[in-house]
Amino acid sequence: MSIQTLKQHDPATTTIGILGAGKVGTGVARQAIKAGYRVLIAASGDPKDISLIISVMAPGAVAVSAAEAMAAADLVVLSVPLHKFRTLDPAGLAGKHVLDTMNYWRDTNGDMPELEAAPSSSEMVHAHIPGARLAKSLNHIGYHELELDARPAGAPDRRALAVTSDDGQTRDLVLGFVEHLGFDAVDGGSLAGGAAFEPGTPIFTGSYDRPGLQAELLAHAAGATGEGRELAPAH
Amino acid sequence: MELGVYGFGDVHRDPVTGAAVSSQQRMADLLERARLADEVGLDYFGVGEHHRADFAVSSIVPVLAAAAAQTKNIKVGSAVTVLSTEDPVRVYQQFATLDLLSGGRAELTAGRGSFIESYPLFGADLNDYEALYEEKIALLLALNEAGRKEESITWSGKFRPALDDATIYPRPVDNNLDIWIATGGTPASSARAARLGTNVIYALLGGSVNSFARHAQLFRAEAAQAGHDAGALKVGVSAVGLVAKDGAADTFYPYYRHLMDGISRERGFSAPNRISYDMQAAPSGGIYVGTPEQVAEKILLTREHMGHDRHILQMDLASVPQKDVLKSIELLGTEVKPLIDAELAQKAAA
Repeated sequence: MSIQTLKQHDPATTTIGILGAGKVGTGVARQAIKAGYRVLIAASGDPKDISLIISVMAPGAVAVSAAEAMAAADLVVLSVPLHKFRTLDPAGLAGKHVLDTMNYWRDTNGDMPELEAAPSSSEMVHAHIPGARLAKSLNHIGYHELELDARPAGAPDRRALAVTSDDGQTRDLVLGFVEHLGFDAVDGGSLAGGAAFEPGTPIFTGSYDRPGLQAELLAHAAGATGEGRELAPAH
Repeated sequence: MELGVYGFGDVHRDPVTGAAVSSQQRMADLLERARLADEVGLDYFGVGEHHRADFAVSSIVPVLAAAAAQTKNIKVGSAVTVLSTEDPVRVYQQFATLDLLSGGRAELTAGRGSFIESYPLFGADLNDYEALYEEKIALLLALNEAGRKEESITWSGKFRPALDDATIYPRPVDNNLDIWIATGGTPASSARAARLGTNVIYALLGGSVNSFARHAQLFRAEAAQAGHDAGALKVGVSAVGLVAKDGAADTFYPYYRHLMDGISRERGFSAPNRISYDMQAAPSGGIYVGTPEQVAEKILLTREHMGHDRHILQMDLASVPQKDVLKSIELLGTEVKPLIDAELAQKAAA
Protein backbone atom coordinates (compact mmCIF):
# COMPACT_ATOMS: atom_id res chain seq x y z
CA MET A 1 0.00 0.00 0.00
CA SER A 2 2.72 2.44 0.88
CA ILE A 3 4.35 2.32 -2.56
CA GLN A 4 1.03 2.92 -4.22
CA THR A 5 0.10 5.80 -1.94
CA LEU A 6 3.49 7.44 -2.38
CA LYS A 7 2.57 7.91 -6.01
CA GLN A 8 -0.56 9.79 -5.08
CA HIS A 9 1.14 13.13 -4.94
CA ASP A 10 4.48 14.85 -5.11
CA PRO A 11 5.31 17.04 -2.08
CA ALA A 12 7.08 19.54 -4.32
CA THR A 13 3.81 20.38 -6.08
CA THR A 14 1.50 20.02 -3.09
CA THR A 15 0.50 22.84 -0.76
CA ILE A 16 -0.41 22.15 2.85
CA GLY A 17 -2.51 24.81 4.58
CA ILE A 18 -2.46 24.56 8.36
CA LEU A 19 -5.12 26.21 10.51
CA GLY A 20 -3.64 26.75 13.97
CA ALA A 21 -0.15 27.94 14.92
CA GLY A 22 0.10 26.17 18.28
CA LYS A 23 2.18 23.17 19.31
CA VAL A 24 0.58 20.80 16.83
CA GLY A 25 0.25 23.20 13.90
CA THR A 26 3.88 24.33 14.04
CA GLY A 27 5.03 20.73 14.64
CA VAL A 28 3.18 19.44 11.57
CA ALA A 29 4.52 22.41 9.61
CA ARG A 30 8.14 21.56 10.46
CA GLN A 31 7.77 17.97 9.36
CA ALA A 32 5.88 18.90 6.19
CA ILE A 33 8.60 21.37 5.22
CA LYS A 34 11.22 18.71 5.85
CA ALA A 35 9.28 16.42 3.51
CA GLY A 36 9.40 19.08 0.78
CA TYR A 37 5.85 20.45 0.89
CA ARG A 38 4.94 24.08 0.47
CA VAL A 39 3.40 25.05 3.81
CA LEU A 40 1.04 27.89 4.64
CA ILE A 41 0.00 28.42 8.23
CA ALA A 42 -2.69 30.61 9.74
CA ALA A 43 -3.90 31.59 13.19
CA SER A 44 -7.19 33.32 13.83
CA GLY A 45 -5.95 36.88 13.37
CA ASP A 46 -3.64 38.96 11.19
CA PRO A 47 -0.79 36.84 9.73
CA LYS A 48 1.64 39.61 10.82
CA ASP A 49 0.91 38.64 14.43
CA ILE A 50 2.41 35.18 13.94
CA SER A 51 5.10 35.88 11.36
CA LEU A 52 7.93 35.93 13.90
CA ILE A 53 6.55 32.82 15.64
CA ILE A 54 6.46 30.99 12.32
CA SER A 55 9.91 32.15 11.22
CA VAL A 56 11.41 30.64 14.39
CA MET A 57 9.15 27.65 15.07
CA ALA A 58 8.67 26.47 11.48
CA PRO A 59 11.20 28.20 9.24
CA GLY A 60 10.14 27.97 5.61
CA ALA A 61 6.43 28.00 6.31
CA VAL A 62 4.53 31.11 5.29
CA ALA A 63 2.17 32.91 7.67
CA VAL A 64 -1.07 33.73 5.87
CA SER A 65 -4.70 34.48 6.69
CA ALA A 66 -7.01 31.53 7.30
CA ALA A 67 -8.87 32.39 4.10
CA GLU A 68 -5.65 32.26 2.09
CA ALA A 69 -4.59 28.99 3.70
CA MET A 70 -7.89 27.35 2.83
CA ALA A 71 -8.03 28.75 -0.70
CA ALA A 72 -4.47 27.85 -1.70
CA ALA A 73 -4.12 24.46 -0.02
CA ASP A 74 -4.37 21.05 -1.64
CA LEU A 75 -4.75 19.68 1.87
CA VAL A 76 -6.02 21.73 4.82
CA VAL A 77 -4.81 20.57 8.25
CA LEU A 78 -7.02 21.43 11.25
CA SER A 79 -5.01 21.99 14.41
CA VAL A 80 -7.03 24.49 16.45
CA PRO A 81 -8.18 23.59 19.97
CA LEU A 82 -11.19 21.30 19.48
CA HIS A 83 -13.60 23.58 21.34
CA LYS A 84 -12.97 26.24 18.70
CA PHE A 85 -14.24 24.01 15.87
CA ARG A 86 -17.23 26.30 15.31
CA THR A 87 -14.87 29.06 14.23
CA LEU A 88 -13.92 26.97 11.18
CA ASP A 89 -15.39 28.41 8.00
CA PRO A 90 -17.73 25.86 6.34
CA ALA A 91 -17.73 27.77 3.04
CA GLY A 92 -13.94 28.05 2.92
CA LEU A 93 -13.54 24.34 3.56
CA ALA A 94 -16.32 23.14 1.22
CA GLY A 95 -14.96 20.71 -1.34
CA LYS A 96 -11.47 20.78 0.19
CA HIS A 97 -9.42 17.82 1.34
CA VAL A 98 -9.20 18.37 5.09
CA LEU A 99 -7.20 16.54 7.74
CA ASP A 100 -8.51 16.70 11.30
CA THR A 101 -5.68 16.28 13.85
CA MET A 102 -7.76 17.43 16.84
CA ASN A 103 -8.69 15.63 20.04
CA TYR A 104 -11.01 16.12 22.93
CA TRP A 105 -9.10 17.01 26.09
CA ARG A 106 -11.29 18.09 28.96
CA ASP A 107 -8.61 20.18 30.66
CA THR A 108 -8.40 22.39 27.60
CA ASN A 109 -11.71 21.99 25.85
CA GLY A 110 -14.03 21.92 28.86
CA ASP A 111 -17.21 19.88 28.75
CA MET A 112 -18.49 19.31 25.22
CA PRO A 113 -21.90 17.62 25.44
CA GLU A 114 -22.25 17.68 21.64
CA LEU A 115 -19.48 15.07 21.52
CA GLU A 116 -21.83 12.54 23.08
CA ALA A 117 -23.98 12.61 19.97
CA ALA A 118 -21.09 11.86 17.59
CA PRO A 119 -19.37 8.51 16.95
CA SER A 120 -15.98 10.27 16.97
CA SER A 121 -14.87 13.86 17.48
CA SER A 122 -14.25 14.09 13.72
CA GLU A 123 -17.95 13.39 13.07
CA MET A 124 -18.80 16.34 15.30
CA VAL A 125 -16.38 18.53 13.36
CA HIS A 126 -17.72 17.21 10.07
CA ALA A 127 -21.26 18.15 11.07
CA HIS A 128 -20.06 21.77 11.25
CA ILE A 129 -18.17 21.64 7.91
CA PRO A 130 -20.34 19.19 5.96
CA GLY A 131 -18.91 20.21 2.58
CA ALA A 132 -15.34 19.30 3.58
CA ARG A 133 -13.81 16.03 2.44
CA LEU A 134 -12.61 15.06 5.86
CA ALA A 135 -9.97 12.63 7.10
CA LYS A 136 -8.68 12.02 10.62
CA SER A 137 -5.03 11.30 11.40
CA LEU A 138 -1.94 12.59 13.24
CA ASN A 139 -4.12 13.02 16.35
CA HIS A 140 -2.72 9.98 18.13
CA ILE A 141 0.97 10.92 18.14
CA GLY A 142 2.58 13.54 20.36
CA TYR A 143 3.73 16.61 18.46
CA HIS A 144 7.33 16.13 19.65
CA GLU A 145 7.22 12.57 18.41
CA LEU A 146 6.33 13.70 14.90
CA GLU A 147 9.92 14.83 14.72
CA LEU A 148 11.57 12.22 16.96
CA ASP A 149 9.87 9.13 15.51
CA ALA A 150 9.86 9.98 11.79
CA ARG A 151 11.86 7.45 9.75
CA PRO A 152 12.49 6.83 6.06
CA ALA A 153 10.25 4.29 4.34
CA GLY A 154 11.40 0.76 5.04
CA ALA A 155 13.17 1.56 8.33
CA PRO A 156 12.67 -1.38 10.70
CA ASP A 157 11.54 0.84 13.58
CA ARG A 158 9.19 3.01 11.53
CA ARG A 159 6.08 3.94 13.49
CA ALA A 160 2.62 3.47 11.99
CA LEU A 161 -0.20 6.02 12.06
CA ALA A 162 -3.86 5.46 11.25
CA VAL A 163 -5.93 7.37 8.69
CA THR A 164 -9.71 7.32 8.39
CA SER A 165 -11.98 9.03 5.89
CA ASP A 166 -15.27 8.52 4.06
CA ASP A 167 -13.74 10.00 0.89
CA GLY A 168 -11.47 7.75 -1.20
CA GLN A 169 -9.40 10.55 -2.76
CA THR A 170 -8.92 12.31 0.56
CA ARG A 171 -7.91 9.02 2.15
CA ASP A 172 -5.25 8.45 -0.52
CA LEU A 173 -3.96 12.00 -0.24
CA VAL A 174 -3.65 11.76 3.54
CA LEU A 175 -2.13 8.27 3.45
CA GLY A 176 0.52 9.69 1.13
CA PHE A 177 1.01 12.77 3.35
CA VAL A 178 1.55 10.60 6.44
CA GLU A 179 4.03 8.40 4.53
CA HIS A 180 5.98 11.46 3.36
CA LEU A 181 6.13 12.76 6.93
CA GLY A 182 8.02 9.59 7.86
CA PHE A 183 5.43 7.10 9.07
CA ASP A 184 3.75 3.93 7.83
CA ALA A 185 0.20 5.01 7.01
CA VAL A 186 -2.51 2.48 7.86
CA ASP A 187 -6.00 2.72 6.41
CA GLY A 188 -8.41 2.67 9.33
CA GLY A 189 -11.59 2.73 7.26
CA SER A 190 -14.47 5.18 7.56
CA LEU A 191 -14.31 8.46 9.49
CA ALA A 192 -16.38 6.98 12.32
CA GLY A 193 -13.59 4.43 12.75
CA GLY A 194 -11.48 7.27 14.13
CA ALA A 195 -12.97 6.38 17.52
CA ALA A 196 -10.41 3.56 17.53
CA PHE A 197 -7.55 6.02 18.03
CA GLU A 198 -9.07 8.78 20.12
CA PRO A 199 -7.98 9.55 23.70
CA GLY A 200 -8.58 6.61 26.02
CA THR A 201 -7.73 3.95 23.45
CA PRO A 202 -4.51 1.92 23.39
CA ILE A 203 -3.61 3.45 20.02
CA PHE A 204 -3.84 7.03 21.30
CA THR A 205 -0.19 8.04 22.02
CA GLY A 206 0.77 4.36 21.85
CA SER A 207 3.62 3.42 19.53
CA TYR A 208 3.01 0.64 17.01
CA ASP A 209 4.52 -0.72 13.83
CA ARG A 210 2.23 -1.44 10.89
CA PRO A 211 1.13 -4.98 11.89
CA GLY A 212 0.72 -3.89 15.50
CA LEU A 213 -1.48 -0.95 14.55
CA GLN A 214 -3.57 -3.04 12.16
CA ALA A 215 -4.12 -5.60 14.93
CA GLU A 216 -5.21 -2.88 17.36
CA LEU A 217 -7.62 -1.38 14.81
CA LEU A 218 -9.14 -4.82 14.21
CA ALA A 219 -9.38 -5.49 17.93
CA HIS A 220 -11.21 -2.19 18.42
CA ALA A 221 -13.61 -2.98 15.57
CA ALA A 222 -14.27 -6.44 17.02
CA GLY A 223 -14.81 -5.09 20.52
CA ALA A 224 -16.56 -1.85 19.63
CA THR A 225 -16.97 -1.20 23.32
CA GLY A 226 -17.05 2.55 23.08
CA GLU A 227 -14.22 2.61 25.57
CA GLY A 228 -12.85 5.70 23.86
CA ARG A 229 -15.49 7.86 25.48
CA GLU A 230 -14.33 7.10 29.01
CA LEU A 231 -12.36 10.20 29.86
CA ALA A 232 -13.56 10.76 33.38
CA PRO A 233 -10.85 10.55 36.03
CA ALA A 234 -10.38 6.97 37.14
CA HIS A 235 -9.78 7.95 40.72
CA MET B 1 23.59 29.07 36.51
CA GLU B 2 20.81 28.82 39.05
CA LEU B 3 19.65 25.42 40.28
CA GLY B 4 16.72 24.62 42.47
CA VAL B 5 13.89 22.34 43.48
CA TYR B 6 10.13 22.58 43.41
CA GLY B 7 7.16 20.49 44.42
CA PHE B 8 3.47 20.41 45.21
CA GLY B 9 3.44 18.71 48.59
CA ASP B 10 2.76 15.34 47.02
CA VAL B 11 0.69 13.07 49.30
CA HIS B 12 0.22 10.04 47.08
CA ARG B 13 0.38 6.76 48.97
CA ASP B 14 3.90 5.45 48.33
CA PRO B 15 3.39 3.01 45.43
CA VAL B 16 6.42 0.93 46.48
CA THR B 17 5.96 0.60 50.24
CA GLY B 18 2.25 1.37 50.46
CA ALA B 19 2.99 3.89 53.20
CA ALA B 20 0.61 6.80 53.60
CA VAL B 21 1.82 10.27 54.44
CA SER B 22 -0.25 12.95 56.13
CA SER B 23 -0.51 16.47 54.76
CA GLN B 24 0.91 17.69 58.05
CA GLN B 25 3.96 15.47 57.67
CA ARG B 26 4.39 16.61 54.08
CA MET B 27 4.43 20.25 55.11
CA ALA B 28 7.22 19.43 57.56
CA ASP B 29 9.00 17.55 54.75
CA LEU B 30 8.72 20.54 52.42
CA LEU B 31 10.27 22.83 55.01
CA GLU B 32 13.07 20.33 55.69
CA ARG B 33 13.79 20.31 51.95
CA ALA B 34 13.83 24.10 51.84
CA ARG B 35 16.29 24.27 54.76
CA LEU B 36 18.60 21.71 53.16
CA ALA B 37 18.38 23.34 49.73
CA ASP B 38 19.42 26.62 51.34
CA GLU B 39 22.26 24.99 53.31
CA VAL B 40 23.77 23.31 50.25
CA GLY B 41 23.69 26.52 48.25
CA LEU B 42 20.82 25.94 45.85
CA ASP B 43 19.26 29.05 44.37
CA TYR B 44 15.55 28.37 44.27
CA PHE B 45 12.84 26.66 46.29
CA GLY B 46 9.40 26.61 44.72
CA VAL B 47 5.97 25.22 45.50
CA GLY B 48 3.05 25.07 43.13
CA GLU B 49 -0.67 24.83 43.74
CA HIS B 50 -3.06 22.00 43.09
CA HIS B 51 -6.59 21.63 44.34
CA ARG B 52 -6.71 17.85 44.47
CA ALA B 53 -6.61 15.07 47.03
CA ASP B 54 -3.14 13.91 45.98
CA PHE B 55 -1.35 17.20 46.71
CA ALA B 56 -1.19 19.13 49.98
CA VAL B 57 -0.34 22.59 48.69
CA SER B 58 -3.23 24.68 47.41
CA SER B 59 -2.16 27.86 49.18
CA ILE B 60 1.37 28.72 48.16
CA VAL B 61 2.34 31.81 50.10
CA PRO B 62 2.05 30.46 53.68
CA VAL B 63 4.31 27.55 52.73
CA LEU B 64 6.85 29.90 51.17
CA ALA B 65 6.62 32.25 54.12
CA ALA B 66 7.47 29.40 56.48
CA ALA B 67 10.30 28.34 54.17
CA ALA B 68 11.59 31.91 54.03
CA ALA B 69 11.58 32.14 57.83
CA GLN B 70 13.76 29.04 58.09
CA THR B 71 16.27 29.92 55.36
CA LYS B 72 18.79 32.66 54.65
CA ASN B 73 19.75 32.95 51.02
CA ILE B 74 17.56 30.82 48.79
CA LYS B 75 14.90 32.45 46.62
CA VAL B 76 11.36 31.31 47.39
CA GLY B 77 8.73 31.34 44.70
CA SER B 78 5.63 29.87 43.19
CA ALA B 79 5.80 27.05 40.66
CA VAL B 80 3.22 28.04 39.61
CA THR B 81 0.51 30.46 40.75
CA VAL B 82 -2.62 29.67 38.73
CA LEU B 83 -3.29 33.32 37.98
CA SER B 84 -6.41 32.70 35.90
CA THR B 85 -8.46 32.00 38.99
CA GLU B 86 -6.89 34.58 41.30
CA ASP B 87 -7.33 38.27 41.92
CA PRO B 88 -4.06 39.88 40.79
CA VAL B 89 -4.35 42.56 43.48
CA ARG B 90 -4.46 39.94 46.25
CA VAL B 91 -1.69 37.93 44.61
CA TYR B 92 0.48 41.03 44.37
CA GLN B 93 -0.16 41.88 48.03
CA GLN B 94 0.64 38.36 49.17
CA PHE B 95 3.90 38.17 47.28
CA ALA B 96 4.86 41.70 48.29
CA THR B 97 4.36 40.58 51.90
CA LEU B 98 6.44 37.46 51.26
CA ASP B 99 9.14 39.63 49.72
CA LEU B 100 9.25 41.80 52.83
CA LEU B 101 9.33 38.78 55.14
CA SER B 102 12.13 37.14 53.16
CA GLY B 103 14.29 40.19 52.63
CA GLY B 104 13.65 40.37 48.90
CA ARG B 105 13.84 36.67 48.12
CA ALA B 106 10.28 36.25 46.81
CA GLU B 107 9.42 35.46 43.22
CA LEU B 108 6.10 34.97 41.50
CA THR B 109 5.70 32.57 38.62
CA ALA B 110 2.35 32.99 36.91
CA GLY B 111 0.77 30.30 34.79
CA ARG B 112 -2.46 28.63 33.92
CA GLY B 113 -1.71 25.22 35.41
CA SER B 114 -2.24 21.90 33.68
CA PHE B 115 -5.26 20.98 35.81
CA ILE B 116 -8.53 22.88 35.89
CA GLU B 117 -9.84 22.17 39.39
CA SER B 118 -9.42 25.77 40.43
CA TYR B 119 -11.90 27.03 37.81
CA PRO B 120 -15.16 25.77 39.32
CA LEU B 121 -13.76 26.26 42.82
CA PHE B 122 -13.30 29.99 42.36
CA GLY B 123 -16.13 30.65 39.95
CA ALA B 124 -14.12 31.02 36.75
CA ASP B 125 -15.52 29.87 33.41
CA LEU B 126 -13.26 27.68 31.31
CA ASN B 127 -14.69 29.42 28.24
CA ASP B 128 -12.79 32.49 29.40
CA TYR B 129 -9.49 30.56 29.58
CA GLU B 130 -7.59 32.93 27.31
CA ALA B 131 -9.32 36.16 28.29
CA LEU B 132 -8.90 35.49 32.01
CA TYR B 133 -5.18 34.98 31.71
CA GLU B 134 -4.65 37.90 29.33
CA GLU B 135 -6.41 40.31 31.64
CA LYS B 136 -4.91 39.06 34.88
CA ILE B 137 -1.30 38.89 33.77
CA ALA B 138 -1.62 42.40 32.31
CA LEU B 139 -3.04 43.74 35.58
CA LEU B 140 -0.43 41.97 37.69
CA LEU B 141 2.38 43.49 35.63
CA ALA B 142 0.70 46.90 35.69
CA LEU B 143 0.54 46.72 39.49
CA ASN B 144 4.24 45.89 39.65
CA GLU B 145 5.04 48.70 37.24
CA ALA B 146 3.00 51.19 39.26
CA GLY B 147 4.78 49.97 42.41
CA ARG B 148 8.18 50.43 40.79
CA LYS B 149 7.32 54.02 39.93
CA GLU B 150 5.63 54.56 43.28
CA GLU B 151 2.51 55.61 41.43
CA SER B 152 -1.15 54.84 41.86
CA ILE B 153 -3.04 52.82 39.30
CA THR B 154 -6.29 53.36 37.45
CA TRP B 155 -7.53 50.29 35.67
CA SER B 156 -10.68 48.58 34.48
CA GLY B 157 -11.35 45.13 33.09
CA LYS B 158 -13.89 42.39 32.83
CA PHE B 159 -13.07 40.03 35.67
CA ARG B 160 -12.60 42.24 38.73
CA PRO B 161 -13.79 45.63 39.94
CA ALA B 162 -12.07 48.67 38.46
CA LEU B 163 -9.23 50.40 40.29
CA ASP B 164 -9.58 54.15 40.53
CA ASP B 165 -6.34 55.91 41.43
CA ALA B 166 -5.54 53.05 43.79
CA THR B 167 -2.24 52.47 45.54
CA ILE B 168 -1.55 48.89 46.52
CA TYR B 169 0.13 48.16 49.85
CA PRO B 170 2.48 46.86 51.00
CA ARG B 171 5.16 47.48 48.43
CA PRO B 172 7.81 44.80 47.98
CA VAL B 173 11.50 45.33 48.69
CA ASP B 174 12.94 47.87 46.22
CA ASN B 175 9.36 48.35 44.97
CA ASN B 176 9.77 45.41 42.63
CA LEU B 177 8.57 41.83 42.44
CA ASP B 178 10.43 39.33 40.27
CA ILE B 179 7.75 37.92 37.99
CA TRP B 180 8.08 34.95 35.66
CA ILE B 181 5.62 33.41 33.23
CA ALA B 182 5.45 29.62 33.03
CA THR B 183 4.48 27.86 29.84
CA GLY B 184 4.08 24.31 28.61
CA GLY B 185 5.22 25.25 25.13
CA THR B 186 2.46 26.91 23.17
CA PRO B 187 4.43 29.25 20.85
CA ALA B 188 2.03 32.11 21.53
CA SER B 189 2.86 31.85 25.26
CA SER B 190 6.56 32.44 24.60
CA ALA B 191 5.66 35.38 22.41
CA ARG B 192 3.36 36.82 25.05
CA ALA B 193 5.93 36.55 27.87
CA ALA B 194 8.49 38.20 25.60
CA ARG B 195 6.21 41.07 24.66
CA LEU B 196 5.33 41.60 28.32
CA GLY B 197 9.01 41.64 29.19
CA THR B 198 8.92 39.01 31.93
CA ASN B 199 11.21 36.07 32.52
CA VAL B 200 9.92 32.76 31.17
CA ILE B 201 10.14 29.20 32.45
CA TYR B 202 9.35 26.12 30.37
CA ALA B 203 7.80 22.96 31.77
CA LEU B 204 9.99 20.32 30.18
CA LEU B 205 8.05 17.32 31.39
CA GLY B 206 9.59 14.51 29.42
CA GLY B 207 10.48 14.74 25.77
CA SER B 208 14.08 15.60 25.12
CA VAL B 209 16.64 18.18 26.19
CA ASN B 210 16.14 20.15 22.97
CA SER B 211 12.32 20.22 23.12
CA PHE B 212 12.28 23.94 23.93
CA ALA B 213 15.27 25.18 21.96
CA ARG B 214 13.11 26.92 19.38
CA HIS B 215 10.87 28.36 22.09
CA ALA B 216 13.81 29.99 23.85
CA GLN B 217 14.96 31.38 20.51
CA LEU B 218 11.44 32.68 19.82
CA PHE B 219 11.26 34.24 23.29
CA ARG B 220 14.47 36.21 22.75
CA ALA B 221 13.53 37.25 19.21
CA GLU B 222 10.10 38.49 20.30
CA ALA B 223 11.56 40.29 23.32
CA ALA B 224 14.07 42.10 21.12
CA GLN B 225 11.37 43.01 18.61
CA ALA B 226 9.20 44.37 21.42
CA GLY B 227 12.07 46.61 22.49
CA HIS B 228 13.09 44.75 25.65
CA ASP B 229 16.67 43.93 26.56
CA ALA B 230 16.43 40.25 25.65
CA GLY B 231 19.72 39.49 27.34
CA ALA B 232 18.41 40.77 30.66
CA LEU B 233 15.36 38.51 30.62
CA LYS B 234 15.83 35.08 32.15
CA VAL B 235 14.88 31.71 30.72
CA GLY B 236 14.26 28.77 33.02
CA VAL B 237 13.44 25.10 32.78
CA SER B 238 11.38 23.07 35.20
CA ALA B 239 11.67 19.32 34.88
CA VAL B 240 11.41 16.09 36.84
CA GLY B 241 14.38 14.14 38.10
CA LEU B 242 16.35 12.64 40.95
CA VAL B 243 20.06 12.62 41.76
CA ALA B 244 21.69 9.67 43.52
CA LYS B 245 25.16 8.16 43.71
CA ASP B 246 23.75 4.98 42.27
CA GLY B 247 20.44 3.50 41.22
CA ALA B 248 18.70 6.85 40.69
CA ALA B 249 16.80 5.68 37.59
CA ASP B 250 15.59 2.49 39.30
CA THR B 251 14.61 4.34 42.47
CA PHE B 252 12.67 7.00 40.56
CA TYR B 253 10.90 4.76 38.05
CA PRO B 254 8.04 3.27 40.14
CA TYR B 255 7.08 6.76 41.36
CA TYR B 256 7.26 8.28 37.90
CA ARG B 257 5.27 5.34 36.58
CA HIS B 258 2.62 5.66 39.27
CA LEU B 259 2.11 9.38 38.71
CA MET B 260 2.06 9.09 34.92
CA ASP B 261 -0.30 6.11 35.05
CA GLY B 262 -2.79 8.28 36.88
CA ILE B 263 -2.41 11.29 34.60
CA SER B 264 -2.51 9.07 31.50
CA ARG B 265 -5.75 7.50 32.69
CA GLU B 266 -7.31 10.89 33.27
CA ARG B 267 -6.22 12.28 29.94
CA GLY B 268 -6.59 9.19 27.78
CA PHE B 269 -2.88 8.81 27.01
CA SER B 270 -1.30 5.40 26.71
CA ALA B 271 0.40 4.42 29.98
CA PRO B 272 4.17 4.86 30.20
CA ASN B 273 6.44 1.86 30.45
CA ARG B 274 10.06 1.17 31.31
CA ILE B 275 11.13 1.52 27.68
CA SER B 276 9.66 5.00 27.24
CA TYR B 277 11.06 5.95 30.65
CA ASP B 278 14.54 4.71 29.81
CA MET B 279 14.49 6.68 26.57
CA GLN B 280 13.82 9.85 28.54
CA ALA B 281 16.32 8.93 31.24
CA ALA B 282 19.00 8.51 28.53
CA PRO B 283 21.50 11.37 28.05
CA SER B 284 19.37 13.40 25.62
CA GLY B 285 16.00 12.60 27.20
CA GLY B 286 13.93 14.96 29.29
CA ILE B 287 13.99 13.20 32.67
CA TYR B 288 16.92 14.45 34.78
CA VAL B 289 17.69 11.27 36.69
CA GLY B 290 21.12 9.81 37.41
CA THR B 291 24.43 10.37 39.14
CA PRO B 292 25.57 13.92 39.84
CA GLU B 293 27.81 13.72 36.75
CA GLN B 294 24.98 12.49 34.53
CA VAL B 295 22.54 15.13 35.71
CA ALA B 296 25.15 17.89 35.40
CA GLU B 297 25.92 16.74 31.85
CA LYS B 298 22.26 16.72 30.93
CA ILE B 299 21.61 20.20 32.34
CA LEU B 300 24.65 21.49 30.44
CA LEU B 301 23.40 19.82 27.25
CA THR B 302 20.02 21.48 27.76
CA ARG B 303 21.83 24.77 28.21
CA GLU B 304 23.60 24.32 24.89
CA HIS B 305 20.18 24.11 23.24
CA MET B 306 18.44 26.83 25.22
CA GLY B 307 21.02 29.03 26.87
CA HIS B 308 18.85 28.97 29.97
CA ASP B 309 19.68 30.63 33.28
CA ARG B 310 17.83 28.44 35.74
CA HIS B 311 17.05 24.75 36.00
CA ILE B 312 14.71 23.43 38.71
CA LEU B 313 13.75 19.84 39.44
CA GLN B 314 10.65 18.24 40.86
CA MET B 315 11.90 15.22 42.78
CA ASP B 316 9.00 14.02 44.89
CA LEU B 317 6.72 12.53 42.22
CA ALA B 318 4.10 10.29 43.84
CA SER B 319 5.81 10.48 47.22
CA VAL B 320 9.41 9.54 46.45
CA PRO B 321 10.69 8.89 50.00
CA GLN B 322 11.89 11.93 51.89
CA LYS B 323 15.34 10.40 52.47
CA ASP B 324 15.86 10.02 48.70
CA VAL B 325 14.61 13.55 48.04
CA LEU B 326 16.92 14.98 50.71
CA LYS B 327 19.91 13.06 49.36
CA SER B 328 19.07 14.31 45.88
CA ILE B 329 18.84 17.92 47.07
CA GLU B 330 22.17 17.55 48.84
CA LEU B 331 23.87 16.14 45.73
CA LEU B 332 22.30 18.79 43.51
CA GLY B 333 23.88 21.47 45.70
CA THR B 334 27.19 19.87 46.64
CA GLU B 335 28.08 18.02 43.42
CA VAL B 336 25.87 18.93 40.44
CA LYS B 337 26.13 22.68 40.97
CA PRO B 338 29.94 22.75 41.36
CA LEU B 339 30.32 20.57 38.25
CA ILE B 340 28.14 22.93 36.23
CA ASP B 341 29.80 26.05 37.63
CA ALA B 342 33.26 24.67 36.81
CA GLU B 343 32.28 23.74 33.28
CA LEU B 344 30.69 27.13 32.62
CA ALA B 345 33.66 28.98 34.12
CA GLN B 346 35.99 26.99 31.89
CA LYS B 347 33.89 27.83 28.85
CA ALA B 348 33.78 31.50 29.78
CA ALA B 349 37.58 31.55 30.14
CA ALA B 350 38.17 29.76 26.83
